[in-house]
Amino acid sequence: MTTLLDVRDVSKRFTMGGIFGRKTVDAVMDANFSLSAENPEIFTIIGESGSGKTTLARMILGLEDPSEGEILFRGQKVSRHGGRAEKLAFMSQVQPVFQNPFEAFNPLKKIERYLESTARRFLATSDKAAIDRAMDEALQKVGLSLKEVHGRFPHEMSGGQLQRCAIARALIPNPPLLIADEPVSMVDASLRMSIVNLLKSLRDDLKVSVIYITHDLATAYYISNRLIIMQRGRIVEMGDARTVLDNPQHPYSKLLKASVLSTDDAGDGKLATDPGMVSAANGLVGQAGKLVVRPDGREVRVYG
Amino acid sequence: MAEDIVRVENLKAYYQMNYFGVSREVRAVDGITMSVRKGEVYGIAGESSSGKTSFIKVLAAAIRPPLKVVEGSVKFDFKNGPIDVATATPKEIEAVRWKHLSYIMQGSMSVLNPVRRIGKTFHDFAARPMGLTGKAFEDRVIAHLARLKLPADVLRAYPHELSGGMRQRVTIGLATVCHPEFIIADEPTTALDVVVQKEVLSLIRDIQKEMNAAVVFVTHDMSVHANVADRVGIIYAGRLVEEGPTREMFFAPKHPYTAHLVASLPRIGDVKQRPALEGRPPNLGDPPQGCRFHPRCPLAVDKCRQEVPPLETVGPDHRTACWRWQDVKPLVGASAPSGVMA
Repeated sequence: MTTLLDVRDVSKRFTMGGIFGRKTVDAVMDANFSLSAENPEIFTIIGESGSGKTTLARMILGLEDPSEGEILFRGQKVSRHGGRAEKLAFMSQVQPVFQNPFEAFNPLKKIERYLESTARRFLATSDKAAIDRAMDEALQKVGLSLKEVHGRFPHEMSGGQLQRCAIARALIPNPPLLIADEPVSMVDASLRMSIVNLLKSLRDDLKVSVIYITHDLATAYYISNRLIIMQRGRIVEMGDARTVLDNPQHPYSKLLKASVLSTDDAGDGKLATDPGMVSAANGLVGQAGKLVVRPDGREVRVYG
Repeated sequence: MAEDIVRVENLKAYYQMNYFGVSREVRAVDGITMSVRKGEVYGIAGESSSGKTSFIKVLAAAIRPPLKVVEGSVKFDFKNGPIDVATATPKEIEAVRWKHLSYIMQGSMSVLNPVRRIGKTFHDFAARPMGLTGKAFEDRVIAHLARLKLPADVLRAYPHELSGGMRQRVTIGLATVCHPEFIIADEPTTALDVVVQKEVLSLIRDIQKEMNAAVVFVTHDMSVHANVADRVGIIYAGRLVEEGPTREMFFAPKHPYTAHLVASLPRIGDVKQRPALEGRPPNLGDPPQGCRFHPRCPLAVDKCRQEVPPLETVGPDHRTACWRWQDVKPLVGASAPSGVMA
């Protein structure tokens, strides 16, 4: 088995403030996981705002250097520094999809311009026919075509279509890994499932691994193979998505699951969260503990 | 049955623009008739560019050009007398705003003035409608904040010093401090994560019960409506397409769009393939003929392409605008529990 991505003991510490009153914030602490190259999977990172999930994604994309530990992509260290050619080669392997499609596209330029500049860069050619072909292929993968997109501006398309275009752009260099940071949270309800289903088909049909970052447990359950749950920079539970979410064991994972609004008792208005659960989860913030492997294969952080 | 606090009759509000000799008309609200009862939570669902924001702008009496009420009325029945905000003068609106009619806004970061302490913001918003000053005002505010489980210290804090959940509670406090009879909550939880979202929702629900206020709750997240609303109305392309008690809307929807919205929610413990609705919401500058949902509707027949379906009553409190409502089935095996008509 070869590994595609290997995250080894990665920590990230940010410093805040100037010379006086300098403070440090641990955004990510001791993250460890790896993705295999043979079995493409959707790997989900769940956590509330401030849990370090976006910082982790930025480090994997090479936009941020870890303070400690290292991230290896196909055996090569991912770093913010390095030569231009080296970086371009890395970028053609790992591509991001951003949260808000309306902000990802320049509103003053046609959609194809964004796709075109990516294609020109990664194909290293200025042959118009080759570029068009690459764009059309990528758009076909997401259920659109160059003909539909041609000549249109971002405001002429719906959020769902625009997010598809953003995913198509990421697919132009045929990357084995996509990093999708909350790709559906800004997309309308009726179009959201089409994006989620698209990610699923990318994995199944095109063998692309996806790191799916979200705070929505329901879609995570629906599409992911494995997941990690993060609380204030620490991974508190990790394992097979269904195993973990069917029966979470860490207090914080339990709290997250209990907070998901259910539609089964629609109209009854049951909203109270058990205060014991909240305090149990919050009491564990800042405690180190360690990850322990359970018989069913998942890892759970235990304390004391 | 409780009395209505607001009655909207055949409301039409259009954006009318006339630039450089080219006039454009966007029919954002096109013939909505509905009412909200005293003391209930009415959920409004709809996606972006469905006209729901324009609709609540009219409800909140914030009608500014280019938005214009072309037809219809919005009649409120407040304690200090009835008022039709579609035709009222600014002075009359001033008399009810914040004291009787208030608004919980979306995005608490941009609502609160970043360079003013929370206490000052409270003063700016609420001192005049409440008619109190100085110590008496501050005492009332502190008592109210305690109800929202916020310490009195927040009055001296700046918005950036508070967490997202606390900021959202502050905006709820702002909207409810004058004990209004009618509150509009516009996506109050979209920027929050799941744990905080639930906390904020239960807070809104509690304070609504305590004050017996009517709340219009706007969000596109159907799972929020499931837990908060008594009745839900669905807006699609500027029209109300279905309205009914929350339970029935979820387990026995009578409009294909509602059926889709409910079915597309993934659930923990269920990995069945979810259907995705193709197409996109129509452009309101040039809406399709007939039923506006027909280009995306799996049940559409010729009649739907030509004639606009009326909003007809299909059960107690349940109205739908669909020619084929009898053929609408819940899409994903949401087994209706006993006590619900299927």
